[in-house]
Amino acid sequence: MNRPALFATQVRYVNKAYWRNPASAFFTFAFPLMFLVIFTSLLGNGKVHIGALVVKQSTYYVAAMSAFAVVTACYTNVAMNVTFQRDLGVLKRIRGTPIPSWLYLGARVVHALLMAVLLVLLTTAFGAAFYHAHVPSGTTLLRFLVMLAVGAGSFAALGFAITAAIPNSDAAPAVVNASVLPLLFLSGVFIPLGNGTPAWIRWIAKIFPIWHFARGMESGFLGTHFSWNDVLVVGIWGVAGLVLAIRHFSWEPRV
Amino acid sequence: MAVMDRSGSTAVEVRGLTKAYGELTAVAGIDFEIRSGEIFALLGPNGAGKTTTIEILEGYRQRDGGEVSVLGLDPGTQAERLRSRIGIVLQSTGVDRYLTVAETIAMYSAYYPHPRRRDEILELVGLEAKRDSRVLKLSGGQQRRLDVAIALSGDPDLLFLDEPTTGFDPSARREAWEVVKNLAGLGKTVLLTTHYMDEAQYLADRVAVIAGGRIVESGPPATLGGRDTARAVIRFRLPPGAVLPADLAVSPVADGMVELVPETLTATLHRLTGWALEQGIELEDLSMARPTLEDVYLELTGAPGAHHGEHISQEADRRRRRRGSLVP
Ligand SMILES: Nc1ncnc2c1ncn2[C@@H]1O[C@H](COP(=O)(O)OP(=O)(O)O)[C@@H](O)[C@H]1O
Ligand SMILES: [Mg+2]
Repeated sequence: MNRPALFATQVRYVNKAYWRNPASAFFTFAFPLMFLVIFTSLLGNGKVHIGALVVKQSTYYVAAMSAFAVVTACYTNVAMNVTFQRDLGVLKRIRGTPIPSWLYLGARVVHALLMAVLLVLLTTAFGAAFYHAHVPSGTTLLRFLVMLAVGAGSFAALGFAITAAIPNSDAAPAVVNASVLPLLFLSGVFIPLGNGTPAWIRWIAKIFPIWHFARGMESGFLGTHFSWNDVLVVGIWGVAGLVLAIRHFSWEPRV
Repeated sequence: MAVMDRSGSTAVEVRGLTKAYGELTAVAGIDFEIRSGEIFALLGPNGAGKTTTIEILEGYRQRDGGEVSVLGLDPGTQAERLRSRIGIVLQSTGVDRYLTVAETIAMYSAYYPHPRRRDEILELVGLEAKRDSRVLKLSGGQQRRLDVAIALSGDPDLLFLDEPTTGFDPSARREAWEVVKNLAGLGKTVLLTTHYMDEAQYLADRVAVIAGGRIVESGPPATLGGRDTARAVIRFRLPPGAVLPADLAVSPVADGMVELVPETLTATLHRLTGWALEQGIELEDLSMARPTLEDVYLELTGAPGAHHGEHISQEADRRRRRRGSLVP
């Protein structure tokens, strides 16, 4: 089988296993949509101030949950699945076959990206139908897609990197959630940062990639200012993740 | 490294192989050779260095010293080329649990340049009936046979099986053994490790007994430890007060048993039973035996059974203690 065909086949098998695993399908797929409905139902009539702009909270959550979906599909899902496969000995077995490592892991990344895109599409359709979300088009759409691609790739790279810090699959949920949940809150993904948000929270948020990525998503759905700086910060995190992953990634269970 | 005949009289050649983990020497200079088409077993207790050795040959671990050639390649530097020609069953390993048996084999087959037909593989490992079952629904024995199926998917010349049946119940082991025998029928070369003596005896053409990182003995299972030429031992219980004739020199062993190692078995047995009949004495528990592979193994690996865990049967342990030491 030639390389592109093998790659496509591999993505298909990842996809099959993905949908048959109730936990991974539920947590990465249903969670963001469920949160969207819950948050918008609970808080949908409030107002969010983004600089001078005031948007309905329900619209805000379309952007926020898109960001959340991408982080879950690419970071959380990749980190958990890869740790699980490593502990199960799947990765070690793969290493003993002729499939190139980049091809095997790349198929998983591409699958994560596809899931992220699908989730963003669903969130968008949902948001447009019920919550007056602005559906990006033209240049806004192009910029939005650049941010989406850079974000998804970077979060996947970080997902691989964090596996080096996870001793075994029992510890995976704890480590992954501890690394991502606080940042989701601090970055205003679950609770919007208002004008009264303490400076230290904004300061921390700006260091990490989630806030920047969420701003990119907002620019698409809410028509806020798009900053290439945000893309850059997310990209730098992605590259750092990739370097760490290449250096510390383990194909064998940790003893 | 010696250039090897590719048409293959020798599949694996190992010379002076060493490997240490920090202070611990896991493999302390071993040599062996596996001929093409042969089933070769590395037999030894836990911690003997079997996995270390086999994973060096597979290209997973780097050796510290010595020369290794697998299908004419050096696994230390040419692992990539080697991988399409070998099949690996690791000591502990998993697969994606949500794919079916058939899907799993198809997925792995796609990695190889010349895969083997899937139906053939399913038949070889006896999983035809399970082809559409999800992996997570398989029993332990069936999963292990799937491991072998995956290792076969690239139609390799050489298969590595690291403890293929450890933890199996007797019937699952029998089934796994038949699968390995089938491989030999296909002309595959097999290197397997085991700590079961009966497994080595049943499957292997040749066995190397490894203990403490050294090969202490090797050869066909029947001749291991000089077993074929070892003299038989006659053992019995002598009633209190009975005195044997002087030419029948026995040595006492535990439980009031005595044993004697005759030079001429038939004549000695005749002499002994003749004497007993004459005296009207019943020789209780009279038996005669050559050392079993188990005896040889225990002697060679030089440790009481309790230290190695489950693989040494109580029976063997009892026999060993009773006998005191091995003949000859
Ligand atoms: N990765 C490792 N790091 C440190 N020590 C190891 C490692 N692998 C094996 N050992 C040690 O090397 C010795 C041989 O182990 P191993 O090759 O697994 O033996 P076997 O497979 O015969 O049970 C054991 O004492 C084991 O604890
Ligand atoms: Mg082992």
